[in-house]
Amino acid sequence: MELATKDLLRLATIGSVDDGKSTLIGRLLVDTRQLFDDQLDAVVAASEKRGIGDLDLSFVTDGLRAEREQGITIDVAYRYATTPTRKFIIADCPGHVSYTRNMATGASTADLALAVLDVTSGLKEQTRRHLCIAALLGVRSIVVAVNKMDMAAWSEIAFQRVVDQIETLSRELGFTSKVVIPVSALLGDNVVTSSANTPWYAGPTVLDALEASEAGSWEVAQGARLPIQWVLRQPGGGRTYAGMVSGEAFNVGDRVTLLPANVETTIRAINFGGESRLEAVVGLAADLDLADETDAGRGDLIATAPLPTVTRELEATICWFGERPLSVGGQRLRLKHTTKSTPVRVQAITGVIDIASLSIKDAASLATNEIGLATLLTADALVVDDYREDRVTGSFVLIDEVTNATVAAGMVGHASFL
Amino acid sequence: MTTTLHTPHATDHLDVLESHALFILREVVAECERPVLLFSGGKDSAVLLHLAAKAFAPQQLPFPVLHIDTGQNFAEVLEFRDRAVAAAGARLVVASVQDTIDQGKVADPGHLGSRNRLQTVTLLDAITENSFDAAFGGARRDEDKARAKERVLSFRDAFGQWDPRQQRPELWQLYQGKVNPGEHVRAFPLSDWTELDVWQYIGREQMDLPSIYFAHQRDVVMRDGMWLAVGEFVEPRPGEDVVNKMVRFRTVGDANCTGAVVSSAATIETIIEEVAIANVSERGATRGDDKFSETAMEDRKREGYF
Repeated sequence: MELATKDLLRLATIGSVDDGKSTLIGRLLVDTRQLFDDQLDAVVAASEKRGIGDLDLSFVTDGLRAEREQGITIDVAYRYATTPTRKFIIADCPGHVSYTRNMATGASTADLALAVLDVTSGLKEQTRRHLCIAALLGVRSIVVAVNKMDMAAWSEIAFQRVVDQIETLSRELGFTSKVVIPVSALLGDNVVTSSANTPWYAGPTVLDALEASEAGSWEVAQGARLPIQWVLRQPGGGRTYAGMVSGEAFNVGDRVTLLPANVETTIRAINFGGESRLEAVVGLAADLDLADETDAGRGDLIATAPLPTVTRELEATICWFGERPLSVGGQRLRLKHTTKSTPVRVQAITGVIDIASLSIKDAASLATNEIGLATLLTADALVVDDYREDRVTGSFVLIDEVTNATVAAGMVGHASFL
Repeated sequence: MTTTLHTPHATDHLDVLESHALFILREVVAECERPVLLFSGGKDSAVLLHLAAKAFAPQQLPFPVLHIDTGQNFAEVLEFRDRAVAAAGARLVVASVQDTIDQGKVADPGHLGSRNRLQTVTLLDAITENSFDAAFGGARRDEDKARAKERVLSFRDAFGQWDPRQQRPELWQLYQGKVNPGEHVRAFPLSDWTELDVWQYIGREQMDLPSIYFAHQRDVVMRDGMWLAVGEFVEPRPGEDVVNKMVRFRTVGDANCTGAVVSSAATIETIIEEVAIANVSERGATRGDDKFSETAMEDRKREGYF
């Protein structure tokens, strides 16, 4: 048995409600034997109890009482699957427009989006919205499962019609890797095993496509970054600066700049969990020892060239989740970017994205679940990169000062398709 | 300007999970006023404590460790608790379910009755009394379908309740733990770990664990489809045969609702092999507390359970 360590791929399911996302994940987990016997028994029992046949595969991920009663996914379910070389973290996201915030939660950390469409209804507006959000969030690889092929008599023409719609949209949105697969999640065709019902299709199954995709492929690094989370006091009086590395790796001896103070220094040592290292790779929760005395603290950033921008004014893409619209002079908001929180004001709403045409329309406010462009002014200076260059230093959330609820996902800059 | 597609990257899954957990631990400590680490003495909380020590090394833990003592523990687990807390140099706070019973806040289920669900009251009281605004837990999303739905930072209202329909969006790794007075967050750094990941990590880090995780001879009785250890909290009922078997525990909970599995796995390596080919889930195999209903965990979590 292979028990060596594996690489890790995070994927999120996207697409409209009722197109079969949860059923597809249920099928994938059942057919790859990722479910334990007692978990499968529980799904069978829950299906019978509600009089919906032997096995409702969506119950594998729709685990909340309300979800099973209503037959829809409300919030993201995280499931795990392993193959000999890879660990998958699967975020099964809700399709309903009211739960867009939860879909964005699942997709924000994804390397890959598994889009599910119903072949009988084609590309719906909600699917376009999800693909658009996934693209904005920096997902570059998609696997598209054209589902319910059994309802379309396994027709190649019906499949091709959806493929054409996807081709156009995916080119506009700039996905760099795309695989489109005819499937029946309900019956299992082309999910884990190739189907005899689609002799005209010679491509990979969903599982093949997921295994072949590149893990962590969104990284396009523009310098090393470490947002300081916490200052660790060392025996003998020194200090090290703890945080997670993004962008590129740091090495002992690197010339670095502490921002926003703009102090240049050198990395004297790198630690991890109390032990010394020569290199801090991307994703490592390291702590850095700097050669020169500084007064750095939480919220500051250590970077190598090319340096990020220090600014109080952000041109940003905003996915708004608040109940009341976002507008100039509206609610009191706080912005959290890397490890820094600061009061923030909306200077201007530049426009709202029209999902149907992917164009920007004039708008004075953003309604719940709308995506738009805005100019923000922060009280304290931030150290930012464009989101497309660094997912960590280019992202932020907006927080309602009264309820502390997270009300928006924000990205510095805007996607090239806008 | 350089554009590197293949920059050195933490791709080994245990390294990724470990660093992510360290990041969460530091973020919550930085954002919250009074965090605490919930420690049951089980393998998941042992891993959590180990990660916490790494996150803040060489400093001491910047928060205490809280044990909710049901009074129905395995003796080996209490010994391990004291050993692990001492090794980490942490301050231990013990909140006792017996005190909650004595205060008349919950009904006494009797000497042999389950105190599992009563723990929630003791836990919420301890959080209120100590003004904790963040509690780290070792829960994993692969354990249960309700846990699979929960955020890494999970908001609890002033009554300690979880509302699965109103969870805060949790974008990227921008964890935000700000709460108003009386509210708190539960933080789960092991959210994305599976049982196998936990064991592989324990093996890699050569961690100490309670001895009951490893195969040993024990007197057990079969009850509700589980092998229960005969002892202070489990007395054989009429018709139940006491047998001596080679067993180990896959999870650690109260002695009267945690089943043993028949196993000869006496080392971490053999346990990893056993876990990798198991066809029954960890809670399904060993936890009587989840067998009441389809949504037992969701219901308990809504009330404020771990």
